[in-house]
Amino acid sequence: MHKRYNFAFLDEGSKREIRRASLKAVCIPGYQVPFASREMPIGRGWGTGGLQLTLSLIGPNDVLKVIDQGSDASVNALNIKKLIALTTNVETVEDTHQATLIQSRHRIPEVPLTKDQILVLQVPTPEPLRAFEPREAITKKLHAHKDYTGAWLMIFEQIVKYNTATTGADHPVLVHDRYVMAPSPIPRFDNPKMDHNEALILLGAGREKKIYALPPYTKVKSIDFEDYPFAIEDLSNKSCRLCGASGVYLDEIIDENTGERSYQCNDTSYCEARRGVAQVVEGGQDA
Amino acid sequence: MPKTLEHNFVEQAPILRLEDLNKSYGDGCEYCSKEDAVLEKNICPKCHTVHALRGVNLEVYPGEIVGVVGESGSGKSTLMQCIYFDKNPSSGACYLTPYKEGTENIFEVSEQEKLKIKNLILGMVYQNPYLGLRMDFSSLSNIAERQIAAGSRNVHEMMDRSDELLSEVNISKWRAKEAPKNFSGGMQQRVQIAKALSSNPPILLLDEVTTGLDLSVQARVLDLIKDIMHEFNISMLVVSHDLGVIRMLAERTYVMLDGKVVESGLTDQILEDPQHPYTQQLVYSLL
Ligand SMILES: Nc1ncnc2c1ncn2[C@@H]1O[C@H](COP(=O)(O)OP(=O)(O)OP(=O)(O)O)[C@@H](O)[C@H]1O
Ligand SMILES: [Mg+2]
Ligand SMILES: [Zn+2]
Repeated sequence: MHKRYNFAFLDEGSKREIRRASLKAVCIPGYQVPFASREMPIGRGWGTGGLQLTLSLIGPNDVLKVIDQGSDASVNALNIKKLIALTTNVETVEDTHQATLIQSRHRIPEVPLTKDQILVLQVPTPEPLRAFEPREAITKKLHAHKDYTGAWLMIFEQIVKYNTATTGADHPVLVHDRYVMAPSPIPRFDNPKMDHNEALILLGAGREKKIYALPPYTKVKSIDFEDYPFAIEDLSNKSCRLCGASGVYLDEIIDENTGERSYQCNDTSYCEARRGVAQVVEGGQDA
Repeated sequence: MPKTLEHNFVEQAPILRLEDLNKSYGDGCEYCSKEDAVLEKNICPKCHTVHALRGVNLEVYPGEIVGVVGESGSGKSTLMQCIYFDKNPSSGACYLTPYKEGTENIFEVSEQEKLKIKNLILGMVYQNPYLGLRMDFSSLSNIAERQIAAGSRNVHEMMDRSDELLSEVNISKWRAKEAPKNFSGGMQQRVQIAKALSSNPPILLLDEVTTGLDLSVQARVLDLIKDIMHEFNISMLVVSHDLGVIRMLAERTYVMLDGKVVESGLTDQILEDPQHPYTQQLVYSLL
């Protein structure tokens, strides 16, 4: 049986509503805009926020890339990519340069993004103050009053206990000197990439029904203290065992037999491009 | 010379001035809107509106400890919580000299200005330490919270100040990283006091700080409050239902009954020669 779907799965009314929320998000950088999160054919918590953003934005001429923790080939990324490709027929790529629309979970690609690209990030917990204050009605007020003591206090408490900020990922940022924002669980390594990025960055939380955005060239500063400045993960003196790259985000690989540690690019398409490996391109209008 | 004559009240302007403060729960009616309406305690017999505060006028002069005494339900906590913006008064005004030279009614300024006043000008110690402390955060962080709110972004400075204040309130350095939930009631009150003092506010509000503490612990907390007053020259408004506490601390006292101030004056005088029948009752029960 052949079932016909609307272009990009969602009906046009839903897309319009999501775009309207996205526009508002762009107008108020870092502010969480509520939206009516739809039921998706994947479970909530598996990227439905990002998926809805992508589906509402995508056009027939877009070139799509989907990554999960730096990998184009993970099951989650492949499934999302397949769903979008099947309902739009757009071309999908692994090469970051070629993509116009990139949906990502927990990473910002190593290749600098351009003004012709949009990055969509999947967000599990959009509220950066949630651990400090469980009540949504109160956190909304704290944002409205720009009362961000809690954001700094959480990091202060980490320093009291461990003498360092212990946010592994999702280290909160101050956007445009106004809203404190959860950058999604990207490593601290990726936080500085958000600052004055040339691309539009949209963040979507399906379960929590929130959309927020960083328009191009937005000032984004990671929260820190004068004497405990924000620092990315220490990857100095380490390089990728496959392509030799340094100054990129590396995964630690431990050899099960020898116990030996080595490092490898987390961004697989970046690594493959450096090694001259042919990257997968699929579909497109003519296919 | 008796202690109460040390200050020359006439020459100075009050640092805190309350004018005709009213707080009611309910809409009121024609009957109880009249100034001399007879109520059942503080409840309107016709419409059952609770009149928790009725036309309260009160002044605190610089460097003074002022007491407010009254039975349970007379409106003492409501008074404090209105000044500290925890509750919205129904009508009335409050002027603080350190805020715009006392020219603006602090009940009518923006939420952001109220936050500033709360963090920089007022300090509050609640009857219930659970209202004043984050029980799961370290004591250090609890004290730093107000400094962060007041704009500090230097961890070392804040830790030094917190250590200083903890030693001021006799809490061992070794327990600074512990959460107040592990502490006794008296220690929790002392952490609250340290927290309230941490941003150097010129005015301190103390609501029943010693209620529920052992007598010996009570005495130590009261001594601490007196030391602080002398050392930091802070003006204080101290609320208690216990005339003994008020006698120890306050130079001037207001006596409240059913939301109204029924008598005020030098504490010694009130104790020697109470005018209002209710005060007479209070004083005789103390003897
Ligand atoms: N939310 C509310 N709704 C109705 N009445 C209230 C509310 N909160 C407080 N009240 C009433 O306001 C009055 C003043 O209460 P308040 O807590 O200020 O008294 P208090 O003098 O601090 O008493 P205590 O010595 O027991 O602490 C009481 O009659 C109380 O029942
Ligand atoms: Mg009370
Ligand atoms: Zn009435």
